[in-house]
Amino acid sequence: MKSLFVILAAEEGHEPSPLAVEWIEVVLALVVFGLLFLAIWKLVAPNFEKTFSERTAAIEGGLAAAETKQAEADAKLAELEAQLADARHEAARIREEAREQGAAIIAEMREQAQAEAGRIVEHGKAQIEAERQQAVTSLRAEVGSLATSLAGRIVGESLDDDARQGRVVERFLAELETGTPGAN
Amino acid sequence: MIMAASATIAAEGGGFPAPGPGIFDLPPVFEIAGIGVTKPMLQLVLAAALVFGFLYVAARQRAMVPGKLQFAGEGAYGFVRNSVARDIIGSHDFQRFVPYLVAMFFFILVNNLFASIPFIQFPTFSRASMAYALAGLSWIIYNAVGIWKHGFLGYLKLQSVPSGVSPAMYPLLVPLEFFSNILVRPVTLALRLFANMFAGHILLVLFATGGLYLVEHVGGIGYVAGPLAWILAVAVAFLEILVQVLQAYVFVLLNAMYIQGALADEH
Repeated sequence: MKSLFVILAAEEGHEPSPLAVEWIEVVLALVVFGLLFLAIWKLVAPNFEKTFSERTAAIEGGLAAAETKQAEADAKLAELEAQLADARHEAARIREEAREQGAAIIAEMREQAQAEAGRIVEHGKAQIEAERQQAVTSLRAEVGSLATSLAGRIVGESLDDDARQGRVVERFLAELETGTPGAN
Repeated sequence: MIMAASATIAAEGGGFPAPGPGIFDLPPVFEIAGIGVTKPMLQLVLAAALVFGFLYVAARQRAMVPGKLQFAGEGAYGFVRNSVARDIIGSHDFQRFVPYLVAMFFFILVNNLFASIPFIQFPTFSRASMAYALAGLSWIIYNAVGIWKHGFLGYLKLQSVPSGVSPAMYPLLVPLEFFSNILVRPVTLALRLFANMFAGHILLVLFATGGLYLVEHVGGIGYVAGPLAWILAVAVAFLEILVQVLQAYVFVLLNAMYIQGALADEH
């Protein structure tokens, strides 16, 4: 092993130009670089490019899918909101209808009840009138015979003559009705 | 050993032998069919293997949710793909050039970083010929792209005749444009990469061996100045890492810009 300074000193002698062309080095550099270029061109770059484009596609695909999903969700939401609004509208309509119907029913019922009441009252009145009429009739007959028998007894004379008897009673009753009694 | 070396230098009467271009002429590690295989040659192959191995394994998984390795690979590939190829060439045409630009960027990056990796510590592209190779390839590619798109004469016109300039200026501008767009570009591409790597490495060697020389042969103040040089060497090494990354990026960025210029309808 020679010392560094010996090498340095020894090389003082011949000074090769550092710019000289060494053809063997030129050719070797070209060949080695050429092989490296071929290897990268054929074996490295396609893999990287494929990875890059696949990744880009994956990201873009993911974004597109997300956008589609978002649009779908938006549409669904709008649809549901429309349905909800419809349902609310429907409910309000039904409530309104029910209220109207209720009011109508109540009015009808009231009318019916009033009619019934009127009818009952009418019926009662008619019955009372009829009974009064009957009572008056029977009373009239009763009062007539009573009064006749009473008057016959009092005057001591039989009033057999029906016509005369009838006239007396009628007159008597008429006086009763007009409120001038005692004129007999 | 060191004493012997010092004795040699002392005997030769030279002072500090500053590192020169000679340190880039490494002896062959072994020989195949009479061709000496040197360290930078092995580094080229190793870099290509590392770049391909990493990207291939990272790309192979193809998971929708990447693991750490795949994430790193996608970040590396996506960086060149998006912020170099797509941003400069434009989203219409960039896809065809992505493998080329990715291979170019990581190949140069790893080869440059070799200069800072312990036990390798040699920038591959400090060998000018290797930088020539990549710059020449770039030149062929962007010109081929332009000729394929516009035809030979159309492409020459695109690169040489500036638009929006009165024809009176053509005699002056056309040779200039042709010179700068067609002739100078590969030279500057190659030299920029080569010179940065070359200078960075020589600077590091200078600080390291200079520090050693100060400590071993100067004594006295050398015991202070030597370690100081080493501290500076560490700082320079970090600077070099930045330069290595930047040069790989610039090389690929210019490649993309040249391709874009060749594809453009107006320039």
